[in-house]
Amino acid sequence: MSIRRNASEMSAALANKEISAVELANQHYAQIEAVDKDVHAFLHLDKDGALAQAQEVDKKRAAGEKLSPLAGVPLALKDVLVQKGVPTTCGSKMLEGWRPPYDATVVTKLKDAGVVILGKTNMDEFAMGSSTENSAYGPTHNPWDLSRIPGGSGGGSSAALAAFEAPLAIGTDTGGSIRQPASVTGTVGVKPTYGGVSRYGLVAFSSSLDQAGPCARTVLDTALLHQTIAGFDPKDSTSINHAVPDVVAAAKKKDVKGLRIGIVKQLAGEGYQKGVENKFNEAVAELVKLGAEIVEVSCPNFEYALAAYYLIAPSECSSNLARFDSMRFGLRVGDDGAKSAEEVMNLTRQVGFGREVKRRIILGTYALSSGYYDAYYGSAQKVRTLIKQDFDAAFEKCDVLVSPTAPTTAFKIGEKSDDPLAMYLNDIATIPVNMAGIGGMSLPCGLAEEDNLPVGFQIMAPAMKDDRMYLVGGALEAALLDKWGKPLLDFAPKLAGSK
Amino acid sequence: MSGISREEVANLARLARIEMSENELDHLSGEMQVILGAVARVQEVAGADVSPTSHPIPVNNVVREDVVAPSLTPSEALSGAPASAEQRFKVPQILGEE
Repeated sequence: MSIRRNASEMSAALANKEISAVELANQHYAQIEAVDKDVHAFLHLDKDGALAQAQEVDKKRAAGEKLSPLAGVPLALKDVLVQKGVPTTCGSKMLEGWRPPYDATVVTKLKDAGVVILGKTNMDEFAMGSSTENSAYGPTHNPWDLSRIPGGSGGGSSAALAAFEAPLAIGTDTGGSIRQPASVTGTVGVKPTYGGVSRYGLVAFSSSLDQAGPCARTVLDTALLHQTIAGFDPKDSTSINHAVPDVVAAAKKKDVKGLRIGIVKQLAGEGYQKGVENKFNEAVAELVKLGAEIVEVSCPNFEYALAAYYLIAPSECSSNLARFDSMRFGLRVGDDGAKSAEEVMNLTRQVGFGREVKRRIILGTYALSSGYYDAYYGSAQKVRTLIKQDFDAAFEKCDVLVSPTAPTTAFKIGEKSDDPLAMYLNDIATIPVNMAGIGGMSLPCGLAEEDNLPVGFQIMAPAMKDDRMYLVGGALEAALLDKWGKPLLDFAPKLAGSK
Repeated sequence: MSGISREEVANLARLARIEMSENELDHLSGEMQVILGAVARVQEVAGADVSPTSHPIPVNNVVREDVVAPSLTPSEALSGAPASAEQRFKVPQILGEE
């Protein structure tokens, strides 16, 4: 069994007893051992827990029990979701060594489905960033070119998939943290409709934007994982009490005849790399060949989405991160018996938070302070209304919207780390989706001719219509696979020591 | 509108309970100028007739039955505490001497 196979193929091999879940987990640990010193996708491996889970699945299978489709398939979990007893750091010194006393709902669902959680993946601190360079534990490297970023904030999850360290991964997406990493690593990632996947146990960054979602190497695998983690959760008051759309059937359908696909005029042009635009246009041409109808739509307020996002997200983060006060869990600095709680708090937050997190807390504190609230936070919330209206109008004319996922391919590590605004521009095409709470998918659509690096194709669907992303994604993926003759990841250079 | 002084940044850091060195304050003040200059454009677009959106998918108050369910034991709840005593979180002094 090759670790380069898809999760659905691994699932079939497990069902046919060609391989055991324990063997499959061990093969992936061998790959991690071989390549992760270069990639650094993982912050922590939970070998004992994973092998115990795998053994349990093997036992159930031997006993003839009915198992979920992903039982025994390994997964990499972004370190922003709590897993009982397993270190959860959010890429921050603030939580170094912390072992949560409970499971996130996503983790409970994965465990119930028999998924084998190999370990926790690297990320920008508290999910703030687009390159994974903001991790307190050092950057993750893009398996396509180790000198480049794997995207962020979920760069550990995307790199683990692209380096064949795991066939499935969980990410979280506040402004593009699932989709942009998928885009720059040639993998697939989905931000479900807001409220589609429980946020219980997801360490909050910006509560009205955060959404956990599935990542994999194929659209069908992503759908299988989506189905496993989605659904109403009474523990999350923003969870949607609504049936999960049949994303797996949609991924398998591969029929877009007559579907109206809208191209967003504003998500192109200035700032978009030539090769990104070319690959995007070629993918659109494939959809036309498959019988889809192309509609150009205008969303004039998207122009303000980035500015509004960088007020709303920091505002919510300044409030959410107040919980890291050194009193009940996490880091405590300077408690020498003489200092007050407030002094200890101030010192702990100075040492525990990195630069980007501090920047956003200060920005949010400013935007929410009296005298500035209406001008900044209030105006940003109004822009959010306008963006929603743009989407509503666009979805009257078409079934899905498409755009490049990110304006460029993977940039070099260090290239933008000293320029926050340049870094923020990475999220220009992904942010509108979060602002409106709708679903967004990124899947690979080719290699840019300038640098031979992966380009992502974004599909956006109305709230609760997540199946439409899988319908279009599945059809496009099949057409591109035909054209390329092999999966895009097969064009990536082989990592030293890779199995 | 987008001007922000070093003193203001220092005050924000105090409000946010983050100790900052002189160096950090210098650096952050400069960055805040640039970032605020870029995000201030949200003020250009929406008029008084536009209502704000705080939440993408409308939700009303969500209630559930109040039933007793298993919860954390005291030792589990305290497992991540920097310090604890007598089944409680132990914190530095919160009131001054006076």
